[in-house]
Amino acid sequence: MSAATIYVPGDSGALSMGAEAVAAAIAREARRRGLDLRIVRNGSRGLYWLEPLVEVATARGRVAYGPVAAADVPSLFAAEFLTGGDHPLALGPTEEIDYLKRQQRLTFARVGIVDPRSLDDYLAHGGYRGLGRAIELGGGQIVEAITASNLRGRGGAAFPAGIKWKTTLDQPATPKYVVCNADEGDSGTFSDRMIMEGDPFVLIEGMTIAALAVGAASGYIYLRSEYPDALGALNHAIGAARARRYLGASVCGSGRPFDITVRVGAGAYICGEETAMLESLEGRRGMIRFKPPLPAIAGLFGHPTVVNNVITLASVPVILDRGAKFYNEYGLGRSRGTLPLQLAGNVKRPGLVEIAFGLTLRELIEDYGGGTASGRPLRAVQVGGPLGAYFPGAMLDLAIDYEALAGAGGLLGHGGVVVFDDTVDLARMARYAMEFCALESCGKCTPCRIGSTRGVEVIDRIIAGRDRGANAALLRDLCDTMAAGSLCALGGLTPLPVLSALKHFPRDFGLESEPADAAARS
Amino acid sequence: MLAIDDHDLGTPERKSGANSGAMVTLEIDGRGVTVAPGTSVMRAAALAGAAIPKLCATDSLEPFGSCRLCLIEIDGRKGFPASCTTPAEAGMKIRTRSERLTHLRRNVMELYMSDHPLDPFECKAGGRCELHEMAKVVGLTQVRYAAGGRTHHDLPADASNPYFTFDPARCIVCSRCVRACDDVQGTFALTIEGRGFDSQMTAGQHERYIDSECVSCGACVQACPTDALMEKTVLAAGQADRAVVTTCGYCGVGCSFKAELRGDEVVRMVPNKDGLPNHGHSCVKGRFAWGYAIHPDRVRRPMIRKTISDPWREVGWDEALGYAASELKRVQAKYGRGALGGITSSRCTNEEAYLVQKLVRAAFGNNNVDTCARVCHSPTGYGLKTAFGTPAGTQDFDSVLEADVILVIGANPTEGHPVFASIMKRRLRNGARLIVADPRAIDLVRMPHVAADYFLQLTPGTNVALFNALAHVIVTEGLADEKFIAARCDPREFGIWRKFIVEPRNSPEAAEQVTGVAAEKIRGAARLYARGPNSAIYYGLGVTEHSHGSTAVLAMANLAMVTGNLGRPGVGVNPLRGQNNVQGSNDVGSFPHELTGYRHVSDPVLRAEFEHEWGVTLDPEPGLRIPNMFDAALDGSFMGIYIEGEDIAQSDPNSQHVAAALGAMEIVIVHDIFLNETAKYAHVFLPGSSFLEKNGTFTNAERRISPVRKVMAPLAGKEDWEVTCALSNALGYPMNYAHPSAIMDEIARLTPTFAGVSYAKLDRLGSIQWPCNDAAPEGTAVMHTGQFVRGKGRFMLSEYVATDERTSARYPLILTTGRILSQYNVGTQTRRTRNVVWHAEDRLEIHPHDAEQRGLRDGDWVEVASRAGAIALRATITERVAPGVVYTTFHYPESGANVVTTENSDWATNCPEYKVTAVQVMPTTRRPERLPPDRVIAAANPGGGR
Repeated sequence: MSAATIYVPGDSGALSMGAEAVAAAIAREARRRGLDLRIVRNGSRGLYWLEPLVEVATARGRVAYGPVAAADVPSLFAAEFLTGGDHPLALGPTEEIDYLKRQQRLTFARVGIVDPRSLDDYLAHGGYRGLGRAIELGGGQIVEAITASNLRGRGGAAFPAGIKWKTTLDQPATPKYVVCNADEGDSGTFSDRMIMEGDPFVLIEGMTIAALAVGAASGYIYLRSEYPDALGALNHAIGAARARRYLGASVCGSGRPFDITVRVGAGAYICGEETAMLESLEGRRGMIRFKPPLPAIAGLFGHPTVVNNVITLASVPVILDRGAKFYNEYGLGRSRGTLPLQLAGNVKRPGLVEIAFGLTLRELIEDYGGGTASGRPLRAVQVGGPLGAYFPGAMLDLAIDYEALAGAGGLLGHGGVVVFDDTVDLARMARYAMEFCALESCGKCTPCRIGSTRGVEVIDRIIAGRDRGANAALLRDLCDTMAAGSLCALGGLTPLPVLSALKHFPRDFGLESEPADAAARS
Repeated sequence: MLAIDDHDLGTPERKSGANSGAMVTLEIDGRGVTVAPGTSVMRAAALAGAAIPKLCATDSLEPFGSCRLCLIEIDGRKGFPASCTTPAEAGMKIRTRSERLTHLRRNVMELYMSDHPLDPFECKAGGRCELHEMAKVVGLTQVRYAAGGRTHHDLPADASNPYFTFDPARCIVCSRCVRACDDVQGTFALTIEGRGFDSQMTAGQHERYIDSECVSCGACVQACPTDALMEKTVLAAGQADRAVVTTCGYCGVGCSFKAELRGDEVVRMVPNKDGLPNHGHSCVKGRFAWGYAIHPDRVRRPMIRKTISDPWREVGWDEALGYAASELKRVQAKYGRGALGGITSSRCTNEEAYLVQKLVRAAFGNNNVDTCARVCHSPTGYGLKTAFGTPAGTQDFDSVLEADVILVIGANPTEGHPVFASIMKRRLRNGARLIVADPRAIDLVRMPHVAADYFLQLTPGTNVALFNALAHVIVTEGLADEKFIAARCDPREFGIWRKFIVEPRNSPEAAEQVTGVAAEKIRGAARLYARGPNSAIYYGLGVTEHSHGSTAVLAMANLAMVTGNLGRPGVGVNPLRGQNNVQGSNDVGSFPHELTGYRHVSDPVLRAEFEHEWGVTLDPEPGLRIPNMFDAALDGSFMGIYIEGEDIAQSDPNSQHVAAALGAMEIVIVHDIFLNETAKYAHVFLPGSSFLEKNGTFTNAERRISPVRKVMAPLAGKEDWEVTCALSNALGYPMNYAHPSAIMDEIARLTPTFAGVSYAKLDRLGSIQWPCNDAAPEGTAVMHTGQFVRGKGRFMLSEYVATDERTSARYPLILTTGRILSQYNVGTQTRRTRNVVWHAEDRLEIHPHDAEQRGLRDGDWVEVASRAGAIALRATITERVAPGVVYTTFHYPESGANVVTTENSDWATNCPEYKVTAVQVMPTTRRPERLPPDRVIAAANPGGGR
């Protein structure tokens, strides 16, 4: 009998839930029982409330158990989980888990399934088919395909990737660069990390295609320092890709050179802003550059540079593989394709939900998330990270779509959704938004550098009940100045959470009473 | 703080050129304006008369976009872009004023003022604080943010720099200082530390200014829009109320300055943005070290004495000049017409130098006039005139911005020519390649964002061997620009030279044995230089002050010709002149054999022109050079001298010999601002006027004639040119000029290359590069463009001949000399300023290997002994020098570096061989008679403050 294959995620989310101890316990127990086991450290399926989620390859496919603690391991063996035996933690066939089954995983197609350290596994699951197609097409047609797919930047700005690539392609200056922004700093987001830890080759393939498209020979991944596991996974994968000529002097024998270097940031949120990231990559303080010039024209070291987020680049291979039309058929309005939503905060079932645009917040939070973890009524949802707006329960029927959220005074950002129950104090959250801005401001422009600190002070006065009306007016005026006058999105968008809190939850600021329907419906 | 009359357009000028596209027309507040492509909307608006409020922008720096005061509205675009960072585009419709913009700007200003005193009366920048000015402009009258918020008001000020203070409580974190330090000066000493509200400007690694890498160029102080960075003189004296444009009196860069005055008192010197040599930049000397001009040591009354052992007796001008004239006449009567002579300094104005040579030739009746260029750049004049036909550098300074390869030989620009070095460093940061040939690892070899591709650390005295080897590689590897040579150079002489240069003794392998530079490095450097496409040579006294200095200049000229690197921007052979007016004092006839414009005195037609103008008969024989004067004095045939502005007892080689010669003379007249070393041997002392006290012109290293304007009244009552005139009149030869402009008119009348120069034109153009005549009415930036001035370029054989000064068992080390940024030459001026804080004594640099052999530790006293003499210095152990080579500066007369230098000199021009002296270095208990550094610093500033 061949060795059984067990999957214990090496994803750092799973690790934080004790996956390492579980893997060790399984190996120990197998040895004790004299069993020959192959333990694959896969990525996470993104069902975080079930982590560590252990899967076993069985005749009827992979079956899941979770959340598994090390102490559960002997009983799992006793229940013959290696052949899919029943157990209180048994979840049945993984793919049949409702949360997963209802998703449309294109970008995350392999995450949690493959061994992220195995290039063969990647190839066996359709990897590098997109690159093969890209080599056939060549620069201009790759850009056309990306344009036709309507892929928009998943980092938050939602700028059409095709237009960006076209701009860089059209630049006569050389060398050109592809830079992957992997400084995933938004609170409540983790999709970049999951890709890098769970399917690093897809990012490498996406960057390689981007390089072929625009004529770049070198690429950089700017990785936040808080992701050591992703660093290991990326460097291992880059090494493996190089060894098999997927990177190097002639990518897949195409005669086109491309290689990737991973650079680790130093903990500044602002370096997730593309120009500050470029400054940091060049070895300087992470300070915002003014635009124009756009990085696509004068980016890294002053040269034409494609800067895209991890998810954007990781979505490229499937577009090339299955065609722009296939990808473009997903989605709603001008938001095409799928988006990996990251559900977090006070929610029963946090995790990653990749699905076509158009789902409502309510569907996400209730159908997938199962409502609040505390069981108390939902009061607010922050969408799009620390610079996103707070929406009251009454607005949960908003569609998850760039334009719809913008129209409601918010933003979709990087797709993080954080849920709060009725114990939240939105005045404190507004203060926190200003405090976050003050803490993370690069200090270059005045509205952000001074304004965020003054914002904290003004909110403190409002909370303390001092001259509330005048201070609220001052706060609104300050937010207007920050939004209109800041150099980058940090200062420019901090007013979003502040003003949305002030608008939807004035009672928390001791201002007029809260509109009746704000909390009622959740 | 910007200059008092600055009209700041916000962002730098963009030039419209062949590659930059068509001019752009846009509409600003309904007014059409046309600008060069790439011009910012801010600048376009300012040019259209619709200045936009701003704080972080200034037109000496690239835009930054941080203050957010300059927001505008653009038709068809969302939001409020910053006008400083928005390039003007054709057809744009811009609004710089609207209710919305006013509101935004006022709110931004309110944020600034929430961390700054709103009351302009509290501001030390007086009415010239841009922050308070902008608060007024945007109409901010109150700050709504309640007191008690976070501020920077309690941060302590840093007054460690002798010339300026930094008060972080007044800083608005606009980064203008940091950007000025990075982009203008290129030192990278300043940074913003901390983030967000905690952002704070700091020098070095949170050090005090004085402890950081700061070179005190003053760019940050000038760039500061508030009173955060302020000159101490302004803090003490108050704001200026007027400014006079003049030219710096220090080095040969010849920076243009605005002397700012409050009443008649100089408050500060600010570099002139319109100044073509410096484009608004400065160094610590020109910017700050002008306090010597009002130092108590300044002599304010003429003095005479019978013998040099008598005490000085203060007298009136008439008595002093009368005594001087009678003594000169007496000596001439006793010893003959040739017994008198005169020496001028490269510190004098053109007009002063011209008058002194006229005095010697017309009133003394001989040609015994020489200038201190004898001891620095005389080989430059000889070499470049021989090869190209003009004894001057071939380019303007800005030419370096178009160079692709820069070859720096025997020059230390960051110390000696700091403002030009900043321009050069900017070009190097932007990608030019660099070759440094120097016995010592000068800063350019490796400094922030600059590194030499090749550092050729040659043995002192072997320049010619190195240059020949470079040329050998170029010729033998087929890298010569045959087309240029065929078109522009004398083919016969090139053929002879080619045969010579390809000989194996000129190969890199042979040169390696002589120079100590690896042959492969020489080959690499030669290929880089030849590849260019624009390669430029910059050199200094490390080339000229050798027994083969003239040969070395010829060899460099050969290098430039053989690679076709002449006659266009970005190339050339460029001497970095040490003193403000080395070029000019030579131009106006200060050499014994040449009348103005480098024309030989033996030419009867030429002489006739001068004789007609001057009304005398001129001696057709060339006169004595400086060293010949000394020899003749000791022979008893040269017995009287008039020395203006030059301290020969200190700065000429072999001081003992000079002292003996001066001591032998019967009448020594010293005309200087201080009682210098030479004055110890003088019988008449005529108090001079500093560059702030007179009118005239200086000519810098790029042949640029710039006006020197009287900023304050002469302390001793007379401008120097008036003194020379009075002396001449006392001698019976009339010299009467109403103003130095009349002297320049006379020079222009007599000198073809100056024919088009006049004060009126200088006032109009700011400065003029000679030749200036009918063919080039506004002067000439780059020489030898169509053809060489002499016709065909001349390849001269440049045989390497080793100096007679050899090392031996007794004198095993080679001493070479140089300069440091904060001090100037023999220190007469800079040692009377607070610059002594940075350099209070000369030290001997010695390699660790040589120090180890001698049991030396850093700071030990050593005796440096040569065949000529011995001095004592403290040692600094450093790998900047190679084993076998020691180095010192010569800024302190007490250390007497010239006591040890020899009498060897250049074969063609007698320029002394300062750069090579065989010495022994040994520990010593001997202490020179001099003040310890702390006393030097105290003595430099008896009045304090300046």
